[in-house]
Amino acid sequence: MESKELLLSVKELAVSYRTSEEIVRAVNGVSFSVNRKETLGLVGETGAGKTTIAKAIMSILPDPPASVDGGEILFEENDLLHMPEKEIRKIRGKKISMIFQDPMTALNPVFTVGDQIAEGIRIHENVSRKESEERAKAMLEMVGIPSSRYGEYPHQFSGGMKQRVVIAIALSCNPELLIADEPTTALDVTIQAQVLEMIGNLKEQMGTAMILITHDLGIVAEVCDNVAVVYAGEIVEMGSKEDLFDRPAHPYTNGLFAALPSLAGDQKRLKPIKGLTPNPANLPEGCKFWPRCPYATEECRQENPGLREIGPGHFSRCTRKSQEGC
Amino acid sequence: MERLLEVQHLKKYFKTPGGMLHAVDDVSFHIEKGKTVGIVGESGCGKSTLGRTLIHLLESTDGKIYFHGEDITHVDKHKLRKLREHMQIIFQDPFSSLNPRMTTVETIEEPLRLTGRYGKEEIRELTRKMMETVGLDERLYHAYPHELDGGRRQRIGIARALILNPEFVVCDEPVSALDVSIQAQILNLMQDLQEERNFTYVFITHDLSVVRHISDEICVMYLGQMIEKCGAKELFENPLHPYTKALLSAIPIPDIHVKRNRIILKGEITSPVEPKPGCRFAARCPYCREECSIPQSLQDMGEGHMVACGRVKEINR
Repeated sequence: MESKELLLSVKELAVSYRTSEEIVRAVNGVSFSVNRKETLGLVGETGAGKTTIAKAIMSILPDPPASVDGGEILFEENDLLHMPEKEIRKIRGKKISMIFQDPMTALNPVFTVGDQIAEGIRIHENVSRKESEERAKAMLEMVGIPSSRYGEYPHQFSGGMKQRVVIAIALSCNPELLIADEPTTALDVTIQAQVLEMIGNLKEQMGTAMILITHDLGIVAEVCDNVAVVYAGEIVEMGSKEDLFDRPAHPYTNGLFAALPSLAGDQKRLKPIKGLTPNPANLPEGCKFWPRCPYATEECRQENPGLREIGPGHFSRCTRKSQEGC
Repeated sequence: MERLLEVQHLKKYFKTPGGMLHAVDDVSFHIEKGKTVGIVGESGCGKSTLGRTLIHLLESTDGKIYFHGEDITHVDKHKLRKLREHMQIIFQDPFSSLNPRMTTVETIEEPLRLTGRYGKEEIRELTRKMMETVGLDERLYHAYPHELDGGRRQRIGIARALILNPEFVVCDEPVSALDVSIQAQILNLMQDLQEERNFTYVFITHDLSVVRHISDEICVMYLGQMIEKCGAKELFENPLHPYTKALLSAIPIPDIHVKRNRIILKGEITSPVEPKPGCRFAARCPYCREECSIPQSLQDMGEGHMVACGRVKEINR
């Protein structure tokens, strides 16, 4: 096996959104790392803070209302949080790039798709207009769109094709790290299969590392090497794909698995997680999952358990001694 | 078993500048009382249009709809109002399907008030009971939709649809906008209510694991046509149509030990505007031959497993 080389490490990241009425604590002390060529899955439900983490790494949080309250984001050993905007611009879109969830709104409707791909290449690679055009055409072919469609506008493409264009833009400068935020959520399942296969192949060819944000555990099982489960702005469980799928430890992770309808169709009733995700403007004291946890004790209500290593590289934020029978 | 609803050769076309859009094109099926029929397909396959046509939110272009054996294809306004008490719909998006200026209690009780058959006290009592049934807290009586999260809003949509005790409910992607933990709560609720009150559901969704879980029978649609129909278990264990096979193989499964042969389809869904005669899936089908250019109709492959594919026997040998 190849030796692992650290690419990105996020340490104790905390982000909040401040409005005149309230402070929304979106990310509360999140730490993880991504090695070169590896894929990390960030899993969680709406409002868990997944997209905020991604935007913090890209340095595209809208400030105000967002404010980074602490932590470090080390990319190739430089802290992105304390880098002047001028330096970040050299990294964003070049070394780190992002695929957004909704291809319908991620593209500019008044520019041709070709120009939108070429723009990034021209800015980052210091090449002539003509060369950037040629490379953009090659990118289109790579994502399975005939280069003859270079001069067409986004509205002339279907959803799946638009997402391919967004992927072409993201990969046009051979990034080291690709952040894919729900890249297939807006797509139909047969198109999703096409796009996921394509992302996988391109990633393999280019040796790109990836952070894949999703709520779909099926996609995680297929695409990721490592997984972090995010709940209320904290990582509640993290480990290899095998750890998470074969030995899930945290009650929330177990709850997510239990709530899924199975294709085998052997269950009569689903087992939902009771209650609702907490309001991030008013998070519970102690463990953030206790109001919904079937195993909550008095201790859980008072103290937030830190992440504990329960197996090599497998972390869980739960104090339960015996994780059996979860 | 009583046939509650039956449609025969139902068509719904829309006029567009490019020609006629065949949203629903010659669909026939029936539903027995107390059962759930799932309708699956990808965006643009006509599943929502079908659901809306069934309950007269859209007028059909051609074909027949029978409810309790009575032809309801063309009914006047007066009759339609009566029918609506028995046929309701739960919409996909709990964010846009509720009136933002009405409180929880106003939204839920409105159908009762409109019938003119209930007194004030009765309405209050029935509404309170319904809220309890769907798991809405008493303190949310006077809350407006913007104060509530998606799961609670969807409960309001369900409560409003079910308060008149309709026999037949079209559920149009009722859990697609919800997180899995909440989705499970809502699906359980809908199943409980069905058991308790013998509701009949048409469940429209693009989520195959959800439809597997909730349906007795499943219809697969592609570009306005029904291409496969059979029991839920049978469909997942023994899909026969090439599109169904590809569709099922494309679902990501949350299990790292399952190895599957994924069928990746070429291209995307073609246009439903003035479609050519013949199999509509032909352009993407790995088994397409010349003979596929003639129209395909559903044929029974045994025990009610209906498939619209001329080469089905060869493919599944």
